[in-house]
Amino acid sequence: MDLLLNHFWEFTITGLAFGAVYALIALGYTLVYGVLRLINFAHSEVFMWGSFASVWVLTALGASKASGVGVVGFLVIGFAAAMVTSALVALGLEFVAYRPLRKRNSPPLIALISAIGASFVLSEAMGLRDKPFKWFGLDTDLASYVGRPREASPLPLNIDTVRLFRVFDYRVSNIDLIVLGSAIVMMVILDQFVKRSRLGRGIRAVAQDPEAAALMGVNRDRVIRLTFVIGGAMAGAAAMMYLLKIGVTRYNAGFLLGVKAFTAAVLGGIGNLRGALLGGFVLGVAESYGSAIFGSNWKDVVAFTLLVIILLFRPTGLLGESLGKARA
Amino acid sequence: MPDTTPGTTPGSTPDPEQHDTAKETRGTRVDDDTVLGPDTEATPDTSVDISVEEVADLPKGKMLEVEDVTLRFGGVTALDGVSFHINTGEILGLIGPNGAGKTTCFNVMTGVYQPTSGGVRFMGEPLGKRQKFQITKLGIARTFQNIRLFHNMTALENVLVGADAHHSTGMFSALLRLPKHHAEESEGMDRAYELLKFMGLDKRADELARNLPYGDQRRLEIARALATNPKLLCLDEPAAGFNPAEKARLMELIQSIRDQGYTVLLIEHDMKLVMGVTDRIVVLEFGKKIAEGLPAEIQDNPAVIAAYLGVDEDAS
Amino acid sequence: MNAVSSFFHGIGDRFRALPRWAKIVLAIAAAVIVYLLPIINPPLITTTDSDFGAVLFLCALYALVAIGLNIVIGYAGLLDLGYIGFFAIGAFTVGVLGSAHAKLPLLLCIPIAMVVTLVSGIVLGAPTLRVRGDYLAIVTLGFGEIVRLILVNADSLTGGSRGISNIPTPPNLDLFGIPHLVWDGFVAKVDLSNQTRFLQFGVTDSIPYYWLALTLVFIVLFLDWRMQNSRVGRAWEATREDEDAAELMGVPTFRFKLLAFATGAAIGGLSGALFATKQQFINPDNFTILYSVLFVAMVVVGGQGNRWGVVVAAALLTWAPEKFRFLADARFLLFGLALMALAIFRPQGLMPPRRSVRAKKADEVAPDQIDAEGVARA
Ligand SMILES: Nc1ncnc2c1ncn2[C@@H]1O[C@H](COP(=O)(O)OP(=O)(O)OP(=O)(O)O)[C@@H](O)[C@H]1O
Ligand SMILES: [Mg+2]
Repeated sequence: MDLLLNHFWEFTITGLAFGAVYALIALGYTLVYGVLRLINFAHSEVFMWGSFASVWVLTALGASKASGVGVVGFLVIGFAAAMVTSALVALGLEFVAYRPLRKRNSPPLIALISAIGASFVLSEAMGLRDKPFKWFGLDTDLASYVGRPREASPLPLNIDTVRLFRVFDYRVSNIDLIVLGSAIVMMVILDQFVKRSRLGRGIRAVAQDPEAAALMGVNRDRVIRLTFVIGGAMAGAAAMMYLLKIGVTRYNAGFLLGVKAFTAAVLGGIGNLRGALLGGFVLGVAESYGSAIFGSNWKDVVAFTLLVIILLFRPTGLLGESLGKARA
Repeated sequence: MPDTTPGTTPGSTPDPEQHDTAKETRGTRVDDDTVLGPDTEATPDTSVDISVEEVADLPKGKMLEVEDVTLRFGGVTALDGVSFHINTGEILGLIGPNGAGKTTCFNVMTGVYQPTSGGVRFMGEPLGKRQKFQITKLGIARTFQNIRLFHNMTALENVLVGADAHHSTGMFSALLRLPKHHAEESEGMDRAYELLKFMGLDKRADELARNLPYGDQRRLEIARALATNPKLLCLDEPAAGFNPAEKARLMELIQSIRDQGYTVLLIEHDMKLVMGVTDRIVVLEFGKKIAEGLPAEIQDNPAVIAAYLGVDEDAS
Repeated sequence: MNAVSSFFHGIGDRFRALPRWAKIVLAIAAAVIVYLLPIINPPLITTTDSDFGAVLFLCALYALVAIGLNIVIGYAGLLDLGYIGFFAIGAFTVGVLGSAHAKLPLLLCIPIAMVVTLVSGIVLGAPTLRVRGDYLAIVTLGFGEIVRLILVNADSLTGGSRGISNIPTPPNLDLFGIPHLVWDGFVAKVDLSNQTRFLQFGVTDSIPYYWLALTLVFIVLFLDWRMQNSRVGRAWEATREDEDAAELMGVPTFRFKLLAFATGAAIGGLSGALFATKQQFINPDNFTILYSVLFVAMVVVGGQGNRWGVVVAAALLTWAPEKFRFLADARFLLFGLALMALAIFRPQGLMPPRRSVRAKKADEVAPDQIDAEGVARA
């Protein structure tokens, strides 16, 4: 408790930074849930693939030697690589694992099982990525990409932590600022997109009433693809932010983060975009305080316990469900 | 077939012409006892005794009272200060145009919804916040407007689930095969077969509910509800989707259920039909009760005529 | 894939058609063969890269797990992704009470482990079984992970990541030795130098543990059958089919869901206890969330609701990676693919419960009857 009180702002800002990552991933869960009533269990792997994409691209470009303005350029490239890859993986996931089920009108439980299967395939494929290269004898040449597939891969970008300014007793670093700033930019763009664009309105229409939307000429399949792409891109952005904060990624990095992001989505009210953002930040901060109070070992337990408690007392979340009604 | 069923009220025999046309359209039918392919209607055997002790000697008077029930869904007032009662041993008709609030009324009576204000009394006792299954055990059973059988269970198993409502075998009795388990299983079996026979479904006992023809599914729902030994049987448009002859036969069946001691609350769109079978009628419109009385009175009630004006009998 | 289920159902039908005495004789013969599998070491089936007895023990153990999870998923329709949590609690209860903090004998530890898991099933289920089904999946997933995290962090109780060793074994009888068979091609020889002591539980020989696990599988199967063929089983099924309708037909659905969840948990605890005594050493790494998904895969592949189906699936999915070692690495990848393929092409599993098959049969038979009668009428 003392620890928390003495370093209150440090824990708050760290919590907010992680919360931003959760929030961006939670957006993907909430979007897909709103439109399809499906927990996209494999969304965490979409995130994980995005993180590897930026590691690989930056490795290929030799980003580790960059400094100064170069770093900023690589940062942008890293974001772009992660977002594009995650969006593509999400799209492929929809095509392979969910669309066939939709065509058959499978019950939700079956869709969830397919999602679990897909999640395993994506994460294990990453964990076994050296195998196909070994068959062709390429694993030594590509060692920096495929070597030690079960170990952590570091982000090859050297960003010196610079303490920029103080918030009470805590000196905010450049990384905190990049993470929080880019998260806010993403969120504003998404918010405006869903609110103003034609496609965004289509998403809301399908979420509210699929049949009516179809009658009004909204192409449901297109809307669904779009939600996967947007959710994927947000997960990609989250992946880059995660890399900045943590520094490494692993084939199974998505799992824990996925469950937490889902918690965030439920916390805010699944299907509700602004709820996901709020849920993400609340969860991040709660977890951060929890680790201050109980010790960092118990950080994850705090998150899960929070999930159970929310489901008990307010299963519709802080802001209530419904993608259609929420203005965002 | 109506003309072979004993114990029905003579006054309710449907228009014989309708009956004959029905027989012609079902030209393949040879003998009422033959069970044919999927689209052949089976024959209820109303001579089967389906009465139960719990229901036999109920005190006369008001069985169920709906007291000033109002129910709002957000802005929609589905029920607006509705009050009426059901007497023991009668068939009460609940009619009204589409969206009048009839099904909602059932939902309030069976604990699906809690009324915004007002309440329901059953056998003199307020239902209060009782859960759905508790209300069923008290003695109110229902069918659904949209068939909601357990589709992947057999007809027999569906009825057994109903009969289990008055059983109490739990995990230990089942694991140890205590006498209670055996007694209740055989009681349930007997009851289920009795009801299936009554409804004319005994030859289809082992078929999955979802493979039964539509009419049989509707009757199976009634059998399942009866299996719970209800004091009050609530039927929500049990004849929806039937042709006039089938409807008439079902109404006879409902009357013979009443004759065996059950009290029935019947939702039905078809005014003419309801007039023939019910003892009293309650009319809802836009969530309000607009009339209540004997069929003859309802028929001449200007408010009812106005409500039904333009609402044709093909509404079903 | 249809061939798989019709093959097994064909066997079932033949079997049912036999006279009673023949059924009993056949069932006993089959049981004896299954018990003697590790002694017989049948060529083609036996595993060359790993100890066949140990593999068979795992098959039986996971069969037990699958039976328990089948009650939760298959009968009651509750997707439980945290089953490993109960398994872990069972194992650690035995570890804590039998070795780390007390020296209770195993035969006392096991029932305690089952009670502890039963209670934890109720504690987890009571609040969460009211929430939507897909939420339950995530909550249980979280539970499984919480259990592991607690095991890692509650150092003083569980030994943290070091785990617990010297877990007690079942009491030994040690009556006689049973020599194994060795195969030269397809010719069997008795190998007197390689004997299994009956019943000596130890680290060197897994076969007595296999027998123990198999016996528990049969007992639990029998109890499972009794549960399912009773009011309890019907209530589960009705609840799975249409929860609201079931409730309105007088089924206290919540109570029955909780019963299924808790029963499943207790069987998970039993399996965990068995695992602990066989391993004699456990640590939190034995209980990662991957296993939860593996267990779900067994139930889904076996055909949710079909007890023999899930037993066969559990045994096959355990045996195959051991038999074909090159598969072992890719095991979870393959399970993932299998789940996806099944969800898309055969959601009822390879061996769906008889019910769905019976329906198909009724569909096939009905037209025949009409034909026959049509002829008769003409
Ligand atoms: N769960 C609900 N949420 C919101 N509105 C509801 C709900 N259930 C019923 N209503 C509304 O209440 C009103 C009464 O509906 P109800 O189903 O009781 O009518 P009904 O008399 O049974 O009609 P029908 O003859 O079509 O079956 C309708 O306007 C309906 O839209
Ligand atoms: Mg209605």
